[in-house]
Amino acid sequence: MDFVKHAINVLAYPYWSFTLVLIAFGFMLWSKGLWSKRGGLILLAAGTLFFLVSLLDPNFYLIVAKADNVPIVMMVFLVGFFVWFAMHKAIENDVRVSRGEPLFEKTEVEDRIFTWPDLVFSEFICMVVLTVVMVVWSIALRAPLEEPANPALAPNPSKAPWYFLGLQEMLVYFDPWLAGVLLPGLIIVGLMAIPYIDTNPKGNGYFSFRERRVEIGLFLFGWLVLWSQMIVIGTFLRGPNWNFFGPYEFWDQNKVEALVNVDLSEYFWIKLLHIGLPGNWFLRELPGILLIAFYFFVLPVLLKRTRWFKKYYDKMGPARYYVGATLFLFMMLLPIKMYCRWLFNLKYFVHVQEYFFNI
Amino acid sequence: MIENLSKSITKSQIWKSIFRVGIPTDNRKRALAMLGNVVLHLHPIKVKKSGIRMSYTWCMGGTAFFLFLVETITGLLLMFYYRPTVEYAFVDIVDLREAAAFGIMRELHRWGAHAMVIAVWLHMFRVFMTGSYKPPREFNWNVGVILLVLTLLLSFTGYLLPWDQLAIWAITVGSNMARATPLLGNEGPGAAFLKLGGQRLIHAGSDARFALIGGRTIGGATLIRFYVLHCVGIPLVAAFLIAVHFWRVRKDGGISGPM
Ligand code: HEM
Repeated sequence: MDFVKHAINVLAYPYWSFTLVLIAFGFMLWSKGLWSKRGGLILLAAGTLFFLVSLLDPNFYLIVAKADNVPIVMMVFLVGFFVWFAMHKAIENDVRVSRGEPLFEKTEVEDRIFTWPDLVFSEFICMVVLTVVMVVWSIALRAPLEEPANPALAPNPSKAPWYFLGLQEMLVYFDPWLAGVLLPGLIIVGLMAIPYIDTNPKGNGYFSFRERRVEIGLFLFGWLVLWSQMIVIGTFLRGPNWNFFGPYEFWDQNKVEALVNVDLSEYFWIKLLHIGLPGNWFLRELPGILLIAFYFFVLPVLLKRTRWFKKYYDKMGPARYYVGATLFLFMMLLPIKMYCRWLFNLKYFVHVQEYFFNI
Repeated sequence: MIENLSKSITKSQIWKSIFRVGIPTDNRKRALAMLGNVVLHLHPIKVKKSGIRMSYTWCMGGTAFFLFLVETITGLLLMFYYRPTVEYAFVDIVDLREAAAFGIMRELHRWGAHAMVIAVWLHMFRVFMTGSYKPPREFNWNVGVILLVLTLLLSFTGYLLPWDQLAIWAITVGSNMARATPLLGNEGPGAAFLKLGGQRLIHAGSDARFALIGGRTIGGATLIRFYVLHCVGIPLVAAFLIAVHFWRVRKDGGISGPM
């Protein structure tokens, strides 16, 4: 048992777990069996079993049972269920289409029924069920209240509300101007841009996967792999000093993690050219600036030439293509930076502390 | 006997003055029931069968709205007890949990807020997976994104109000980010360039964070600021946008479905 726990603790470290999640995500998009009823039941059973057995571990229990973390446990299960359910419905429709049968929704869309009583009653039932759930939940679990506010005594760790913990987790890899301001802003802009960028007329008003593989893949990557996973890491697996702790690990206040992170400029001028850092900040950071400029301004143009992206460029036109590509590259900046950190201990691509301009 | 009783109730002048139509028994009355009631007339008279299936909408938008109402009602009750000052805020919450009758209002309000965030996410996911943001519903998707942001801001501003350690430090962590706003934050890139006669325009006493929390540290000014936003400002905007959202669902042709 201890060996298994230890193994899970090690595998939970972001560089392993993120890689495993990426592999699982690829499998998700490819698999059909996962979305069958049997696949869903197996997933549910495995998840529940893992959770229940883990509750026996005191460290796991301590963090999961914290009052404010209970909703996040529920969220994990709910998100899991609804992703499965949506994909289940989507694959069902795909199969219908491939057999030449009408979509599930299509069979009923012409059927107009009276709002009273059908809709009114199902809404009423929903309200009753929700009321019962909320009341039971509120009786069973007290809202947390800690010591009175003391501005002089910072708890360790200090955590933002749970729905922002993905952003706080990003602070490990990016400075606040990116993790806390620019990237969240771009998430909102990106969400708002979706209907205007996505020109695929198919899949409007019914569940489907085959007709919208790329759109769904991108959305799920952002929402599930990045946003939700970062919240889970930030909530359950980050302890004192924002150090990483495996799910069965004790939150040791004195744990130290050696931070020997290196800037790109040092890699370039010292390790590659052996000439030491230039005094002028612009010259010093030039390699990083060029790299970032290449990433955002040249890469979309180059990608446009490849067969796969050309297809999209032709369909979407230049404005949609470039806006979409820029948003996509911003999203990918996070996993890229994560892997650079894990593989090369990279601190910043561009590091101009004088102006707080660090990427 | 019950039949007689219910008859004499539904035939009474009081009942009839409230419910014009009575329990609908035919199609004409089913239509009139929807038209004659201000709450029900949010709905059309007839709907697509495919659109109102639980398996299609998951009732998630409705759940988000219901939780918004729960928050409004429980929040109003909490306001009777709570005074947003550094002196009283915490003790009022302690009183509330110890002395108030039906002492689950705070629980309902807090768990309802968490649940609403989750419901809004799942609603967005459903709308995405059915492609319901595609024409003609692009604009309503955008209204939705703003509602999502408002939901998060409502939760965030409310998090401070208990004025315990959890509250002020979570808000400290969150609002510290504003310090790094490009151009507008004291430690944001580019802010150092904004100068007037050699004086920096953006400093710790004038930047985005200062505007957000009403001071250099989280204190009484932050509390009243967040309180007003939480109880009045954001709910008003959200209620208005929810109205727009529902209006647009109907004007865009009702719940989406295949052509
Ligand atoms: C406070 C938050 C929100 C409330 C109360 C709300 C409420 C609703 C309700 C009741 C519906 C009717 C259908 C259904 O229940 O699914 C609906 C539909 C819709 N919502 Fe929301 N919503 C909210 C947030 C959002 C968000 C975050 C988005 C997207 C980013 C969104 C986009 C839409 C769209 C596009 C429709 C039309 C769907 C269709 O016709 O199938 N809403 N909303």
